[in-house]
Amino acid sequence: MKKLLLGVSSAMLMASVAAPALAQDKTKACFVYIGSKTDGGWTQAHDIGRQQVDAELGDQVETAFVENVPEGPDAERAIERLARSGCDIVFATSFGFMDQTVAVAQKFPDVKFEHATGYKTADNLAVYNARFYEGRYIQGQIAAKMSEKGVAGYIASFPIPEVVMGINAFVLGAQSVNPDFKVKVVWANTWFDAGKEADAAKVLIDQGVDVMTQHTDSTAPMQVAAERGIKAFGQASDMIKAGPETQLTAILDTWGPYYVKRIKAVMDGTWTSGNIWDGLAEGILSMAPYTNMPDDVKAMAEETEAKIKSGELKPFTGPINKQDGTQWLAAGENADDKTLAGLNFYVEGVDDQLPK
Amino acid sequence: MRVELVKRPQHSKLFSALSPLIALALTLLCGAAIFAALGKNPAEGLYFYFIDPLREVWSLHELAVKAGPLILIAVGLSVCYLSNNWNIGAEGQFIIGAIAGASLPVLLPDFQSPVVLPLMLIFGMLGGAAYASIPAFLKTRFGTNEILTSLMLVYVAQLFLDWLVRGPWRDPAGNNFPLTRRFHPDAVLPEIMPTSGSAHWGIVFALVAAVVVWFLVSRTIKGFEVRVLGASPRAGRFAGFSGKRMVFFAFLLSGALAGLAGISEVSGAIGYLQPVISPGYGFTAIIVAFLGRLNPLGIVAAGFVLALTYLGGEAAQISLGMSDKVARVFQGMLLFFVLGCDTLIHYRVRFAGRGDSMAEAR
Repeated sequence: MKKLLLGVSSAMLMASVAAPALAQDKTKACFVYIGSKTDGGWTQAHDIGRQQVDAELGDQVETAFVENVPEGPDAERAIERLARSGCDIVFATSFGFMDQTVAVAQKFPDVKFEHATGYKTADNLAVYNARFYEGRYIQGQIAAKMSEKGVAGYIASFPIPEVVMGINAFVLGAQSVNPDFKVKVVWANTWFDAGKEADAAKVLIDQGVDVMTQHTDSTAPMQVAAERGIKAFGQASDMIKAGPETQLTAILDTWGPYYVKRIKAVMDGTWTSGNIWDGLAEGILSMAPYTNMPDDVKAMAEETEAKIKSGELKPFTGPINKQDGTQWLAAGENADDKTLAGLNFYVEGVDDQLPK
Repeated sequence: MRVELVKRPQHSKLFSALSPLIALALTLLCGAAIFAALGKNPAEGLYFYFIDPLREVWSLHELAVKAGPLILIAVGLSVCYLSNNWNIGAEGQFIIGAIAGASLPVLLPDFQSPVVLPLMLIFGMLGGAAYASIPAFLKTRFGTNEILTSLMLVYVAQLFLDWLVRGPWRDPAGNNFPLTRRFHPDAVLPEIMPTSGSAHWGIVFALVAAVVVWFLVSRTIKGFEVRVLGASPRAGRFAGFSGKRMVFFAFLLSGALAGLAGISEVSGAIGYLQPVISPGYGFTAIIVAFLGRLNPLGIVAAGFVLALTYLGGEAAQISLGMSDKVARVFQGMLLFFVLGCDTLIHYRVRFAGRGDSMAEAR
């Protein structure tokens, strides 16, 4: 038995020594996931991006991933293991991996790191995010056109800037169509919990909203909206199957083009660090088909989308007042990215107290 | 045809001692079969799982980081389980210990001095012990089932931490993200050998606790009391031991050790509080306690084995593209085979036909 084990383990050792030699010409791109790669939401969107990298760059690239990585020391270890396993670039795809990514990036100056949705950068550490609020603005405009009561429901996850930004953009879009438009917010305090999200949807509909959007990942709100006969917007992925006659459009996380672009930059040696915040124009997010709406609303949505892509329209352009009526942006003034990234107040028209 | 388990009049000392090793070997065999079924080379799979993480020094450090809290918690739990107190809530005691210890650097960031860290560790132990005293009190005063109360208090602790870091303890400079401020350098549990890896003093606490509790249980009157009251509460009462005092002793000790694990993890490995600070250490430690046969020294070995399955799971994901679920399967198989081996050492299986059992009944 002992001899057998020794034989097996020495054979394995030889295999492991031989293995790296094969992979040397390829660029290795690695991904750290907070959830399961088939979660139907956030992580799956990143994994679809990874598969797109495999498909487009083919033999030039090798990808690897670690899924269900808890935030904290486990994340640091997973990222370090990837860095040591020969990855040329590591994408850490959750806000909670921030300090761990920073720590590992310090130890491995030759490896490139990219951290999604964070704000700490280094020479070999870039941060990237998508301007999801651009899609929210379009949704707001559609909501104001479609709603008869002038009130929309918003299922929110956690009161972090990303989410507050989305609510504000939605309100601003709606007010560009109907200046008296109001939004009711329910905080579900979860990113993914079908039960809680369905309850939140029911509460909102009982309060009289006739159009609804969500910043949580499950399809439960869409199903509730379909049952109760109101219109709704999908989140993160196309939820048209959950509400064939309900979904107006959805914001799709399409990370693939971004990943391909950045990995190519590593191959060419043109990769640089930075704070990359792409939008509809770059394709890091996109809109699901505009459905279940009259042609004029659809035309308006398409026009707004085109204007945002061309840079002609920026959702956060003054005059904008804060919720308490004081001025935030003067007429024609644009919000800078730094303010947006730390946004912690509502604009006028949000019918909710921001949790402190 | 019936399958019966019949208690063996005597069980083999040799096999009792070998049982965890047999279980480990069976786990490896079944693991190899699973790798083969998934279309991977079994030898390669096992190599990445169990040997690759041990090849480099930094990875050994990571093993210690992972094993530290498991051992510390499981050592405390062993005293509980030996004395027949079923504390399932170590996860909650871990969290409350972390919160209590972290209160110093979070609420008094300007209080920076070398006494901060020792105070934090003491607060952590007190916090964990205080939280564990709740199920102990309910058990002794009202006869409440401690399995339920201690388990449910885990969820209370998790939600309390979640509320703290999203609300009153949120870092004012942290863009509203649910994190507390980073601990100042005086509040960070140092690394043992910073040049070679990230293992912090938590593993040392764990090893010391294991030796102390081993001595306590096997060499002192108190340990005798623990074992007698666990094996037979009635006999314990005749010997003059108090069952109620033992409930408190076991819960307070295991709560304090879980709390120490919590503050060590937060201070040594994370550096701030966040909504989730434990990947289920308090529950995995239950497996560790039984895999170590409730013997603190066995628990040390078991803690490292369990930690290895976590690390190996990652290595296999990266190198072979296996799902992280396989690591869970390994942990589950390990516990299954340990319990199975133990059962078969103490009992033998008898296939009894209908006739036999009738005959026996007469």
